[in-house]
Amino acid sequence: MLLQQLVNGLTLGSVYALIALGYTMVYGILELINFAHGEIYMLGAYLGIILLGFFTAIGLTSYSLSLSLILTFFLSIIFCASYGFTMEKIAYKPLRKAPRLSPLISAIGVSIFLQNYVMLTQGATDKVFPHLFETSTITFMSVSMTYLQFFIILTSAIVMVFLRLFVRNTKIGKAMRAVAQDKIMASLVGINIDTVISVTFIIGSGLAAIAGLMVAMYYGLVNYYIGYIAGIKAFTAAVLGGIGSIRGAMLGGLLLGLVESLGASYISSEYKDAYAFIILVLILLMKPGGLFGKAELEKV
Amino acid sequence: MARLNWKRFKDERKNMNTVPGEKKKEKFFCIKPLVVALWFALLFLPFNGLRAALILFAVLSISIIFFKFLFSYKNIVIERLQAFYNKIRATGLFSAPSVHIVRSLSLIFLFIIPFITTDYLIDVAILAGIYIILALGLNIVVGFTGLLNLGFVAFYAIGAYAYAILNTRFGLDFWSALPFSIGLTTVAGFFLAIPALRLRGDYLAIVTLGFGEIVRLILNNWDSVTMGPNGISGIAPPVIMSVSLGKLSYYYYFVLLLVILTVFVTRRVYSSRIGRAWVAIREDEIASSAMGINTTIYKLYSFAFGAFWAGLAGALFAGKMQFVSPESFTFMESVLIVSMVILGGLGSIPGVILGATILVILPEILREVQLYRMLALGGGLVLLMIFRPQGLLGGKGVSLRG
Repeated sequence: MLLQQLVNGLTLGSVYALIALGYTMVYGILELINFAHGEIYMLGAYLGIILLGFFTAIGLTSYSLSLSLILTFFLSIIFCASYGFTMEKIAYKPLRKAPRLSPLISAIGVSIFLQNYVMLTQGATDKVFPHLFETSTITFMSVSMTYLQFFIILTSAIVMVFLRLFVRNTKIGKAMRAVAQDKIMASLVGINIDTVISVTFIIGSGLAAIAGLMVAMYYGLVNYYIGYIAGIKAFTAAVLGGIGSIRGAMLGGLLLGLVESLGASYISSEYKDAYAFIILVLILLMKPGGLFGKAELEKV
Repeated sequence: MARLNWKRFKDERKNMNTVPGEKKKEKFFCIKPLVVALWFALLFLPFNGLRAALILFAVLSISIIFFKFLFSYKNIVIERLQAFYNKIRATGLFSAPSVHIVRSLSLIFLFIIPFITTDYLIDVAILAGIYIILALGLNIVVGFTGLLNLGFVAFYAIGAYAYAILNTRFGLDFWSALPFSIGLTTVAGFFLAIPALRLRGDYLAIVTLGFGEIVRLILNNWDSVTMGPNGISGIAPPVIMSVSLGKLSYYYYFVLLLVILTVFVTRRVYSSRIGRAWVAIREDEIASSAMGINTTIYKLYSFAFGAFWAGLAGALFAGKMQFVSPESFTFMESVLIVSMVILGGLGSIPGVILGATILVILPEILREVQLYRMLALGGGLVLLMIFRPQGLLGGKGVSLRG
C-alpha cells in the first residue's frame, strides 16, 4: 500500500516537477510569477487530443501508432512553445519596466483569456483522450506499475537531465544563468536579454506541453480548468524547492507529488487539493527561500 | 534592482548603423504584417480549425496593413483631432459641470431608480451595490495599502456563510447575526494578515489566493456545517421595523444606504491618520517605516478593515439571494473584484464605484455575447496593464508597487 502510493506519488510528482521548471526558470530570470504557465500545460493536453484526433482522421494512427505519437509530442511542444513565446511578447514584454504587480495581473489576464478561449472553442465538457493502446502493468513485490507510469517517470527524468546539461554547458544556458544573476551586467557583456527571455519561455512552455500530454494520457480526461489547479501546485513545488533553482523545482515537484498521494490515501482525499496550498502557506511563512534557495533581503 | 533604460539603449544601438536624421526606408511594406498575421493564424489553427484560421489571417493582415498605413499619417490625424476637439470646446456646450451638480444629480437618479425601471434592473442594481461595497473593501487593501489580495472572495464567503448558518441553524435575524458575521470576517482578515507582514508583493498575492482556495475547499467539504456543494437555502431576508426587505425595491434602498455609508466611512478613514499611513506604506514601505510608521500594525488594520466590508457585502448577498453555495465564491470571483478595483483606478473611490458598476452592468447589457465575457475580461486586464495601469479614474501618483 505504502509502496503503491509512493509510485503514484512519484508519477504525479514528476509531472509537477516538469511544470514547476517553467515557473522557476521564468521567476529566476524575470522575477515574475507566470500565472498563465498552467494554461500552457492545459493547452498541451488539449493539443494532444486534437492532434491525435486529426491523425486518426487521416489514418496515420492505424498506419503507425508510434509515429503518430511521436508527431503528436513534437507538434504539441512546438505549438506550446509558440504560445509561450507569443504570450511573453504580448503580455509581459511591454511591462518589463512596470511595477512588480502589473505583470502579475497581466499574467492572470492571460490565464483567464486562454482558459475561456479553450472553453469556447473546445466546449466546457470533459474531453476524452483517445484510448489507443493497452497499458499492461509490471508487478514487483505487490507493487503494480503501469507502463504509462513508468514512461512518465522515465521521460521526466530524461528531460530534466537534458535540461540540466543544457543550462550547464551550452552557450545560451550560460547566458540564462548570467541573466538570472544580474540583468544589467549580462547585457553589458553582450548577452541579448530579449533572446534569453524568449528562450526561457520557449523551454518552459515545451516542458509544460510534455507534462500536459502525459497527464492527458494518464488520466484520460482533460478539461479547460485543469491548468489553474496544476499551475498552483507546480508553483507550490517551485516555491518548496526554492524558486529560481532548477534542482529545487525538480525535488519540490517530486516531494509535493508524494505528499499529495500519501495525504490522499492516509488523511483525507476530499482535501487533496488543499495540501498544496497548506504546504505553500507554511513554506512561505517558515522558510520563504524554500528548501534549496536562499532567503533574499529586500534592498532599498 | 536598478533599471536600465531599455528604450534608449535600443535606440542608440539602432542609431549606430544609420545616419542620424535619415529615416530608414522600408523596402517591403507588407511583408512584416503578413508574417505577423500568419503567425497568429497558425497559433489559432489547432483550436479553431482551418477555416477560422484562414479568415483570421485575412482579417489580421488587412487590418494590420491598414493600421500601419494609418500610423504613418499619425501626426496629421492627431492634428485634425486636436483641431476638432478645440472647436467643440469653443462652443462651450461640453464644459465639465461642477462636481456638486454631478453628485447631487446622480444621487437623485439613484433614489428614483425603483420608480422608473423594471424588477430586473433593480436586481442588477442591487448586485452592483453589493459589488461596490466589496470592491471598496478590496480597494482599502489593494488601492490604499498596495497589497495585492487575490483571495478577497474568502472574506465575502465567510460573511455570507456566517449569516446563512446563524440564520438557518440558530434562527438569528439579520441584525443580530450581522455583528457576528462581520466580526468573524474581520478576525479572518487579521489572521490572513499575519503572513502578509512577512511577504513581498507577489508572494503575498499567491498566499492570499491559497487562503481563498482553502476556504472554498472547506465550504465544499465540511458537509455537516456548510451542507457542502448543495449550499444553504432558505435564508431569511433582513427585516427593518417589522418590514421585510424581501421586496426588491426595499432591498435596493437598503443596499443603497449601505453603499453610501461605505463610501462615507472609507473616505473619512482614507484622509485620517490611518489612511495616510496606508498610502505611505503603498508608496514606499521602507521609507515609511523609517518615518516611524509601524507598518506591521497598519497592514493588519488594512486587511481587517477591508475584510470588514467584505463581511457586510457577504451578509447582504446571502440576504438577497436567500441561498449560498461554494459556487459563488470561486477564484474567478476574486479576480473579478480585483478587476473592478484596477479598472476603475487603484485607490480612487469614484473610480472603484465606476469599475464595479461597469463590470456588473456590462455583461447584463451584452447578454448575447455573455459567453465571451470572461475572455474579454482576461484580454482587457492585459491591455489595461499595458496601456493604462492606473485605471480609468486613477491618479498618476498611484502605483502598483509590490
